[in-house]
Amino acid sequence: MNDSHFRYVLRLGDDALILGQRLSQWCGHSPFLEEDIALANTALDHVGRARMLLTRAGELEGVGRDEDALAYFRDERDYTNCLIAELPVGDFAFTMVRQFLCDVFHHELYGALMRSTDEQLAGIAQKSVKESAYHVKRSSEWVKRLGDGTEESHQRAQDALEEVWAFANELFEVDDTIADAIEIGVAADLAPIEARWQERVGETLRTATLATPEQAWPQTGGRQGLHTEHMGRLLAEMQSVQRAYPGNQW
Amino acid sequence: MAVRLPLWEVFVRSRRGLDHKHVGSLHAADPEQAMQAARDTYTRRQEGCSIWLVKSEDIHASQPEDDGAFFDPAEDKVYRHPTFYDVPEDLKL
Repeated sequence: MNDSHFRYVLRLGDDALILGQRLSQWCGHSPFLEEDIALANTALDHVGRARMLLTRAGELEGVGRDEDALAYFRDERDYTNCLIAELPVGDFAFTMVRQFLCDVFHHELYGALMRSTDEQLAGIAQKSVKESAYHVKRSSEWVKRLGDGTEESHQRAQDALEEVWAFANELFEVDDTIADAIEIGVAADLAPIEARWQERVGETLRTATLATPEQAWPQTGGRQGLHTEHMGRLLAEMQSVQRAYPGNQW
Repeated sequence: MAVRLPLWEVFVRSRRGLDHKHVGSLHAADPEQAMQAARDTYTRRQEGCSIWLVKSEDIHASQPEDDGAFFDPAEDKVYRHPTFYDVPEDLKL
């Protein structure tokens, strides 16, 4: 087993799991009913993706860990999601701006991963790319509405963008694990994905009358298990049932 | 919600070849948002392959108080159904 292969798929799974968990926090709290259902749908798309990816990662690891073992029985340092996924939901503008940046990235990434040499990963990508296409439609629409909306919604969207911008860089970081995974054809080359991302994000921000922030000091560390202060609380909540009743089933 | 968003009626076609059927309503600011909300609210369990939206205010409905005048007179007009008539035996179809 190629260790980078496992770790790469695990990262994808962690990204999906943590972002899905964050989004699910809106369930019952969204600004209005239709949006509540839509956000919960999106959260479930991510959790569903996480299930497939973590199952695949467990197979690759080959020591008998299944999706639940990976989702619920690891500690903070063992999670390798990017930091942008774990940031608190903030206000609605923050949630949507973060989601938009991630959605465009996922749409490009999974589009490219359909050609992965890992056939199971390619299959997961094929399913995910359709979901992400819709996620982009939704979140970009919201970014435009908020940015080009009222004075307050514009300000909140711009503030959110300033806050989250420094975390976007990490999505495109190439370390040894990714370089290895690209080498064996499992992972997608991130350079063209970043170029497409810049282009698409820039276009939507212009339409939304939002200013692209100056490049801040890039925040990084998630891939090495070095997380923000928010991660521990997220995990405590997410894992509480399985930790209290290990192996409990619905 | 401080500002009430307009109401839309949602029609979903469950399969190709079938009619769009009214499935419910939702609030949204404009057609794009309404379409996304309809997709998320009414087709998340594979209920459909096509969605129509109509602004609720564009629907003109008959009034309940007209029911008597509108619908009751049809009650005793069975001859308006084709099955009321016997087809002559020597009729060539």
